[in-house]
Amino acid sequence: MNALQKISDFFMTPAMKIVLIVAAVLFPFVAGNEYQIYVMALAFVWAIAVYGMNIITGLCGQLNLAHGGFFAIGAYVLAILTVDHGWGFWWAFVAAGVAGAGFGFLAGIVSLRLKEHYFAIFTLCVGFIIYLLIDKWEELTHGALGIINIPAPNGFGLVDFTETTPFYYLALTFMVLSVWLAARITNSLLGRSFRAIRISDDLAASLGINLMRNKVLAFVLSTTYASVAGALYAGLVRFIGPAEADVVHTFDMITYLLVGGIGTLMGPLVGTMVITWLTQSLQFLEEYRMIVFGPLLVVLVIFFPRGVVGSFLGWRARRMAAAQDAGKSQENAKKKSPTSPVATNREAGNHA
Amino acid sequence: MQDHANSVAASQYRGGIALDLFLQQVLNGLTLGSIYGLVALGLTLVYGILHVPNFAHGALYMVGAYVSYITMVDFGANYWIAMIASAISVAVLAVLCERLVFNPLREAPPIHDKIAAIGIMLFLEAMVQMKFGAEFRRMPTPYTDILDVAGMTIPAQRVLIIIGAFALMAVLHLFLKKTMTGSTIVAMAQNREGAFLVGIDANRVAMMTFAISGVLAAVGATLFAPINLVYPAMGHLLIMKAFVIIILGGMGSIPGAIVGGLIIGFAEAFGGFYISTDYKDIIAFALLVLILSVKPTGLFTKGVR
Amino acid sequence: MLKINNLTKRFGGLAAVNNVSIEFEANKINAIIGPNGAGKSTFFNLVAGAMPPTEGTIEYQGMNITGMACDRIARLGIARTFQTTMLFEESTVLDNLIVGHRLRTQSRLWDVIINSRRLRDEEAKCRARAQEVLDFVGLSHIGHRITADISQEEKKRVAFALALATDPELVLLDEPAGGINPEETENLAGLIRKMVDHGVTVCLIEHKMDMIMSLADKIMVLDHGEKIAEGTPEEVRNNPVVIEAYLGSDEDAAA
Repeated sequence: MNALQKISDFFMTPAMKIVLIVAAVLFPFVAGNEYQIYVMALAFVWAIAVYGMNIITGLCGQLNLAHGGFFAIGAYVLAILTVDHGWGFWWAFVAAGVAGAGFGFLAGIVSLRLKEHYFAIFTLCVGFIIYLLIDKWEELTHGALGIINIPAPNGFGLVDFTETTPFYYLALTFMVLSVWLAARITNSLLGRSFRAIRISDDLAASLGINLMRNKVLAFVLSTTYASVAGALYAGLVRFIGPAEADVVHTFDMITYLLVGGIGTLMGPLVGTMVITWLTQSLQFLEEYRMIVFGPLLVVLVIFFPRGVVGSFLGWRARRMAAAQDAGKSQENAKKKSPTSPVATNREAGNHA
Repeated sequence: MQDHANSVAASQYRGGIALDLFLQQVLNGLTLGSIYGLVALGLTLVYGILHVPNFAHGALYMVGAYVSYITMVDFGANYWIAMIASAISVAVLAVLCERLVFNPLREAPPIHDKIAAIGIMLFLEAMVQMKFGAEFRRMPTPYTDILDVAGMTIPAQRVLIIIGAFALMAVLHLFLKKTMTGSTIVAMAQNREGAFLVGIDANRVAMMTFAISGVLAAVGATLFAPINLVYPAMGHLLIMKAFVIIILGGMGSIPGAIVGGLIIGFAEAFGGFYISTDYKDIIAFALLVLILSVKPTGLFTKGVR
Repeated sequence: MLKINNLTKRFGGLAAVNNVSIEFEANKINAIIGPNGAGKSTFFNLVAGAMPPTEGTIEYQGMNITGMACDRIARLGIARTFQTTMLFEESTVLDNLIVGHRLRTQSRLWDVIINSRRLRDEEAKCRARAQEVLDFVGLSHIGHRITADISQEEKKRVAFALALATDPELVLLDEPAGGINPEETENLAGLIRKMVDHGVTVCLIEHKMDMIMSLADKIMVLDHGEKIAEGTPEEVRNNPVVIEAYLGSDEDAAA
């Protein structure tokens, strides 16, 4: 076994998870300045939303272009309830999640009756309607002025989340929870149902999978993720405006997802981290990042549609299959019964 | 007595104003509708033949406006020369997109060509913004007269838009019906496999279709921009409305795009005037949501999709 | 097993399937043949519930399933394969099959969140079933391969296995031998016989006449959406109407 293989094997072990979490916990201590911690916290928040997008778009195969809109709904519900109605942060936070699920359900039962292109176009329009309502409905949303003085999450006197580092750990906690839930879904029979729909509606239906119920469930999960991320975002940035609902955020998230690996478990995190830090290190990119992102999207879908994580998993799965073939022929030579492929396939399935 | 006469005159006057305003909205609706129709036509042709929902079409429209603007302002060219220059450049750009991006993705899963189209759109917008900035520009036009028709004031550019758009549609119609290439495009839109069987060169048709959609976008932009503004995000709303239009009119349907364009144009003109200017841009999308909630296959689609 | 009465499907004014009545018996191989565009695939789609018929009824094991949704029909025990094999190319072969048994499980989102006992049991059950059907179609040696890397014939077998994983009593096979060579076709025919031996009823659409004639117990011939003949291979082969239909349309005549 060469070093590359050993490293790739290590990536798939539980120890890797611990290494990642420890690294994230230690990050504020090694970060050069507070700004870096802030950027990382923000990246975690976006990653949560990207995990949501991955459920409907990556697992279920439905390109949802309203995702940024649901992120904005979460941010605005939190901001309006705390600033205009004096709710406590955490109550408003729960309300934001519920609102994301509720609006997601409504949008889902209408839009998911449409297939492929129709669904993408319809959700693009839904996203734009959300943007227009936020921009124009001044009595509710303060219009173009936006909402300022949004409170930070309530630390109940124990922690002060107006400080960057405590918020970083809060965002990390939510991010880990999000990945954990995404992992549960991806690896379960539910995730398999979603993936069957991604292959083809007809195939999934012929396997007895209720298309509408599963698609709506995936959609509601994704909008809930988005609105929870939006609410956290509002608590971190503490000022929001209609730009939060701009479709460009949806396109950003698509880029993160595609770079990391659409439909994979770690893809959303990897993509968000890579692009966030790439943009940070190339400051001039901030405004014109789309000059790079645009062609990047095109190149990715043509040449590397599986992204970083997907390509890695594909390479690894193929290598393991080859290894098993080799192993089998040896065993056959020794006249032993072939090993069950179940254990190794479980591994591959778990991370696919 | 005097009071009475006055009030009658006033109400007649008000009636006249109301009618005048009404006709004014008809004119607005026709202007908007013909531009929407042009843009939707390009979109629907590309969709009908390649089944690509080209999200970059709005960006092509925007590039068309900038090319015309530069040709006129920086090179001092005539309006019509600018329009031709713009049509050619955008057609070439559209063909490039087809060759470099959509053609390699022909066999890819349906999500990929949409993402690639979004990528092209983002790139074009960012390029234009970097080069020319995000500010709004006003495109000059030689047709600044205000015509006075039966007591109505009509800006000449609006007349030009309506006549120009419908003339182009007529030319396109003749092209599709009377020429060999045109009928090939129609044949392929109606039956892709059948077209392949009778030996149609799919590549040539695809390039041709993209070129036409580029010309339609560029001409639409050059016609419309003088009464509107030129800025990098100018294609955003338009492309979304064009999508609404081709869903309403049936994706791939040419008459559907024109009729759908007029429906949305009139709905916006009247909705914006009689209901609310703030929300006039939402009308198209509200219509879409409403219609698709009732009839998920669109208004004018027949049989199965 | 399956009783079809006056089944009609019209698209616009055109009848793709027109007033077809037929009965398929359990534990038999039933074939549907006919020239291109005869309405064979539409007929399958109607039986599988992919689209509702315009007129007529479909009875399955004495139950009226006309207009029932696809997924419910699947749960009642009708499985199908498609002309083009649709599989998750990036996953392993075995991984593709696990979802096949999903319709016999109950776990919901909540089970997933708490990773309930029920979910774990059901996942084990689905995995066991996947392994079983993989063995059944004779592919257990390639269960670990990436689906994109296996041959066309193997993909066809995987598609069969996926359909079998739903525990069907009736399997609809849409051109199972399309795009594979004669030797592989013979092997696939063997597999179809094996399925029937194990108590599954088969109904297939096929263009390869040799295969149909040696395999089918009963054949229905469709032309322009109408049933023009039914019977044993022998009866159909000698039916003048059928010969006329096949000679009349130049396609498929040689097949």
